[in-house]
Amino acid sequence: MDSALIPKGVERCPLGRFLAFIAIVGAVLLWGVVAMFLIYIKGLNQTNMNNAYGFALWIWADLAVIALGGGAFFTGLLRYIFGKEELKNIINYAVLIGFVCYSSALLILAIDVGQPLRAWFIFWHANVHSMLTEVAFCLTCYFGVLTIEYIPLILENRQIERISFFRHLAHNMHGIMAVFAATGAFLSFFHQGSLGGVSGVLYGRPFGFRSGIGIWPWTFFLYTWSAAACGPCFTILVTRITEMATRKKLVKDDVIDLLAKIAGWMLATYIAAKIVDTVYWAAVTAPAMGFTLMDFYTNNPGSAYGLWILIAEVGLCGVLPALMLIAPSVRRNARLLFLAVLLAVLGACLNRWVMILQMQAVPVLPFERWFTYFPSWQEIATTILPVAYGIILIAFSYRYLPIFPQEAELNPLPEGGR
Amino acid sequence: MFPFSFEWVWDLGHLVFHGALWYALSILGIGLTYCILKAAWQASRGEEHDHGHH
Repeated sequence: MDSALIPKGVERCPLGRFLAFIAIVGAVLLWGVVAMFLIYIKGLNQTNMNNAYGFALWIWADLAVIALGGGAFFTGLLRYIFGKEELKNIINYAVLIGFVCYSSALLILAIDVGQPLRAWFIFWHANVHSMLTEVAFCLTCYFGVLTIEYIPLILENRQIERISFFRHLAHNMHGIMAVFAATGAFLSFFHQGSLGGVSGVLYGRPFGFRSGIGIWPWTFFLYTWSAAACGPCFTILVTRITEMATRKKLVKDDVIDLLAKIAGWMLATYIAAKIVDTVYWAAVTAPAMGFTLMDFYTNNPGSAYGLWILIAEVGLCGVLPALMLIAPSVRRNARLLFLAVLLAVLGACLNRWVMILQMQAVPVLPFERWFTYFPSWQEIATTILPVAYGIILIAFSYRYLPIFPQEAELNPLPEGGR
Repeated sequence: MFPFSFEWVWDLGHLVFHGALWYALSILGIGLTYCILKAAWQASRGEEHDHGHH
């Protein structure tokens, strides 16, 4: 029924099966929307946030999806600025994933701010001494860049492309995409960094506080670095999951191998810097503020923060995937590559969890206990909402837009096909 | 915020923050306007081009 909308030379599942899949994911989306409206109508009392946890599950989700959406800016930088032509075969999907991640982040923020009708205040009544102002500026602008990068894909739909103006518009936008990609890389560098800077400048919280250069704590650079390393890993991970779901090969191995190799070296250098940063913090920064390393990992009844989380973040989800991705033999093994990118993605998520939620759990005064927090169902539902939205947008984009340039070549249709 | 807003202060913070914001928005706006106007011009003249992008 919708065959006229499906790209030429590729095959899609029957419309009925597609709509059944959308209905299942849509039910999850609906659950999130109900929770969202509950929060809009009744307010932030629907959450379990409190005076100790002003930043909670939503902010972790924000930081995690922004880090994982970093695949778009870094792949764009490699493709358009550094001339890695092979990546043209995955850049569309990286942009789509980035678009999903950033629109999800903005959606979560729109719920989190409590009064979304005043969201524009941050632009008009900007506090220019706040890292979060820089984040808001760059995040919004970069979402604009991702939208500009996504629009040509929509315009290349078989039916839309028949209109001369849209066909020319898509072509022209592709023509100057390097300008948009460079702007996106500039914006990403600053908002990824400033998100890290938020915890790094909190001198009242020794768990998060870091020294640095000028006004920029080391976490500023570590966040940008980790996003550039783990973002492409997330792109590879979602590509592999899409291939499993569609039972098709969508991107050639040499393209994935190149991206994985670059991500591996980025991850290796990032994790080396992270280890140096952690050692310096544990040996110099924290003791100067009256804390030892083990103060942050012991004597914390009611919470599960032990040394295991540091080992898991830096070792299991940092050093291990970096070593795996650097090794060509591992990259050539589909299962090991999947495991490596999965660990890298978990590492980025764990890092953001530690720097947001564990930081707030640690007491800073002698008479305080460890603070505990468990999100309400409304918080969980609104955090899962963007996941469902992302799956639906990817499903529609995959079905109707030419996202994977190599798909037709890798999956030739039988004689008489479309 | 613009320099004519009552909250505006002529200091480095405001210049850097808002300067970067306007700079980025200008690039996006000019780039998009250029693409749209050029496409309208090409469409009105009935021009065609190769499908060699991505």
